[in-house]
Amino acid sequence: MLPDISMPVDPSLSRRSYRRRVWLLRGIRAAFSLPGLILASSFIGFAALAKDAGLTLTQTVFMTGIVWALPSKVVLVGSVISNTALPAAALAVTLSAIRLMPMVVSIMPEVRTERTPRWVLYALAHCVAVTSWVVALERFRTVPRDMRTTYYAGLGFTLILFNMLVVAVVFVLAQSLPPAVSAVLFMLTPIYFLTSLWGSARERAVHVAMVLGLVLGPVFHLLLPEFDLLAAGLIGGGLAYGWHVVTRRRRAE
Amino acid sequence: MMFFSNSAWWWPYLFILVGGWMATDIWRFLGVYLGGRMSEDSEAMVLVRTMATALVAAVIGNLIVFPTGALADTSLAFRIGAAGLGFFAYIVSGKRMLVGIVITEIVLCIGLYMGL
Repeated sequence: MLPDISMPVDPSLSRRSYRRRVWLLRGIRAAFSLPGLILASSFIGFAALAKDAGLTLTQTVFMTGIVWALPSKVVLVGSVISNTALPAAALAVTLSAIRLMPMVVSIMPEVRTERTPRWVLYALAHCVAVTSWVVALERFRTVPRDMRTTYYAGLGFTLILFNMLVVAVVFVLAQSLPPAVSAVLFMLTPIYFLTSLWGSARERAVHVAMVLGLVLGPVFHLLLPEFDLLAAGLIGGGLAYGWHVVTRRRRAE
Repeated sequence: MMFFSNSAWWWPYLFILVGGWMATDIWRFLGVYLGGRMSEDSEAMVLVRTMATALVAAVIGNLIVFPTGALADTSLAFRIGAAGLGFFAYIVSGKRMLVGIVITEIVLCIGLYMGL
């Protein structure tokens, strides 16, 4: 895209706004990289899931933009499916979202300059979820520091808006989908999470937690239907942390 | 207090705002607030990560074991097999997510065709 052919009063100002536009566009383009496309395909699966759970198009599009973290949304829709009351649903969602805090903490020093207003950081934090975080940390090296807020805004908000569109389109088309296609779509979410969760783990304990959660989720679904996710998260996560403490102590000895 | 227990038009949105948006963004905003003060390597963060991971894994487990819609017509062993083979392919291919996803879906399609 070419800059406006106007006569600027202050040439340095126009150069800066030109740079901003360039980095904004590069951020937008980064949203259509491979991780972005995988995310979009799992949103196809998510939309199919939400529709099946009985949510409407506007509710699902609204949820996509306002929550913006696929695991949180899947937990929320999971709570809708298991007919969980709001407080228990909120607790389960919030447990699944705690991991966003260290992600935001770790990305902040890289986007911030001394002059960045606080509200910009709060607005950008809303875009933080696995995909934008992974892409940003990988590409920030090539982005000038003063352009990183612009770049991340382009990347993050494009991902949100594009996937809101994806969800809306799937909702409209899903009525006419043959069962085999919806089965394929339903399978996208679990396999996307299975691989991305495993890949983003920093320590072995997280892998242990994942295996425990996979087993405990269905077990508690039968034993404690209304608190299945919470129980699996607290007990599976607690056991995995215990394993972490024990193995670390053994290694230290 | 359930999603479908109130027929007012605004109730699902309130449910999403409280149960989804507030429950999620509170951690993002806290992350901005805490800025560089928290270490990602601290022990408390390990516990946070294991609990969050176990919870999301529980969702995955439920989606595979107790699916809704079109997947519900397939057998449990077959769904576990499809996900397992995809995950195995993901590991063997050097953690290529796309490989895992594609293999799972191919196995699923073959199984659907064979009526498993």
